[in-house]
Amino acid sequence: MIFLKRQLPLVVTFCMGVVFAMQYYVPHPTSEALLKNASNWIIIIGGFALILGLVSLIQLHMHRIQRNVGGWGYSAVLFAAMFAMVIAGILAGGKNLDSERALTGYGWAYSYAMVPLQGTMFSLLAFFVASAAYRAFRARTKEAALLLIAALLVMWGRVPLGEYLWAFSGDIAQWILNVINSSVRRAILIGVSLGVIALSIKIIFGIERMYLGGKKE
Amino acid sequence: MLEVISMCKRAVDLGLTIAIIALLAPLASADTRHLQPPQDFRVIDTPNDGGGSLTLGWSILPVDGSSLRYQVLIAGSVDGPYQEVAAFPHDKHFRKGPKHPWWIRLATPNNHRFDLQSGKQVTFEDGTPYWVKLAIDNGMHSAETKPLSATPRPNLFNRAQSNNLLLLILFTVAVLFSIRRARKAPHRFLRRIGGLDAVEEAIGRATEMGKPILYLTGSASMDNPSTIAATVVLSEVAKKVSTYETGLIVPHRDPIVLAICQEITKEAYTQTGHPDAYTSEMNFYITDDQFSYTAAVQGIMLRERPAAIFLLGYYFAESLLLAETGHEAGAIQIAGTDADHQLPFFVIACDYTLMGEELYAASAYLSREPVMVGTLRAQDLGKAVLLGALILGVALSTAGEIFQTETFMYAVQVFYDFK
Repeated sequence: MIFLKRQLPLVVTFCMGVVFAMQYYVPHPTSEALLKNASNWIIIIGGFALILGLVSLIQLHMHRIQRNVGGWGYSAVLFAAMFAMVIAGILAGGKNLDSERALTGYGWAYSYAMVPLQGTMFSLLAFFVASAAYRAFRARTKEAALLLIAALLVMWGRVPLGEYLWAFSGDIAQWILNVINSSVRRAILIGVSLGVIALSIKIIFGIERMYLGGKKE
Repeated sequence: MLEVISMCKRAVDLGLTIAIIALLAPLASADTRHLQPPQDFRVIDTPNDGGGSLTLGWSILPVDGSSLRYQVLIAGSVDGPYQEVAAFPHDKHFRKGPKHPWWIRLATPNNHRFDLQSGKQVTFEDGTPYWVKLAIDNGMHSAETKPLSATPRPNLFNRAQSNNLLLLILFTVAVLFSIRRARKAPHRFLRRIGGLDAVEEAIGRATEMGKPILYLTGSASMDNPSTIAATVVLSEVAKKVSTYETGLIVPHRDPIVLAICQEITKEAYTQTGHPDAYTSEMNFYITDDQFSYTAAVQGIMLRERPAAIFLLGYYFAESLLLAETGHEAGAIQIAGTDADHQLPFFVIACDYTLMGEELYAASAYLSREPVMVGTLRAQDLGKAVLLGALILGVALSTAGEIFQTETFMYAVQVFYDFK
């Protein structure tokens, strides 16, 4: 059992890690086919893993309803919406439009319930940006003051009125973005890249095994 | 009399016409002479590719004029029939500048280069020879090269990326060497990382307040390194949480991450001697839809009012929605991501933020295992090498501009396309 839970995953990780690290350097069609096959396998495994997710979701909300936990009504709404969507999907054959190009029940639910709800959530971002910006721009420290000045200059230079009132503002905003911002972003990305490579090496050689539960043999 | 004058006029016209023709004849023959096809036209199998491609090369013609056009003709045998597969003006398809690194360049710069690939016009079969010729046409005259043969074949190694492989091997050796050294000398200095020092404080606060801890592993799947890093940190957090017997909520967007995190959490509780405190409901799946997941987690934040929130892993537009709601809920928030576009949002809305590489250092920092800490040493070494390369590259590129030479690019291109 320990072999199946510990050694075998490490051996598989090592083999797959080395093979797919080398795959990047091999342009041969066999190498490309290998990558494509592995990508398809990941999609298939992901599809099966969705069952795990579904079981987890149903178990959690069933328990909430059974135990009358506060807000159990939301769990009931979740089941109602989920099964209504499944039934609508089966009746529509999984299609949004019928043979006469009219919306099916499934397509209607997606277009008139799901999409507006997603749009609403995304549009909330504008208000959250405003509240976060308000907190960040209260110049309490030197760093915050610097951030406020940089933000004001960039905002001034990015709107047509700003450039109309002050011709150089566009260039200054662009300079802040292209020089200061880009250099900092690239510095972060260099650190990230090295971190990713180091983590990958640790995982491939079995040095980092926390993702297997972390227990040593 | 009039007839004599008319005859004289005709004789003059004829004489002028003959004279004009005689004057223009050498010019016309000169034009024909200039339309000599390229003498160094060559066709080879495209190097460093997966097959199905031929590369054509030839020098710029001295008579290149505005109307000159090239046509590429191809056939399965030397006798044809030849089919036109490409036509382009004389000022296209130059191979100049450092598009390819110097160790795989085919010829000197400023030649024409045309890559003929399998597509709608022609389908190449690897291992089959093809005959190619180049035709030139200036609207009045045309000429053709002799047909040349080449066979497309796939390559087993992309030599253009040999510098990449070399640097990867060197960095791997550096990591393994650092780990070996760390085993011999385990006590290494680690600079303080505020966000990771605050983990203990956040868990302690949650314990004192009797409220749970909310831990998010991000929006990406297990193939994303930042998700792996987030699950590794979860292990350390779960150990501390189990010791303090604090509540832990871990909602998920990906079922594979859910399965792995369930195992990690269970193992952490078992290792600290509290297996009874573990429940499978700590980790649960919500949905893979971005904003449905965000709305559900926002709801959990506002209903459960967790004392501490960990936002680790990869995030998209939901980062600020989650972090701002967490702030509204009054939780101490520790974020960590390598998504550089989302970092400013976390810096603004969270109490502590692990920026980029700090997320990957978290496991070593929290566990203090010498082997893990050793890899950080190798990362620092890598950063020093890259910093040196950046300074050297800037100096050489600047010198190249000043002295108007591409010689220095030989050194710069060693780091070309290093991913």
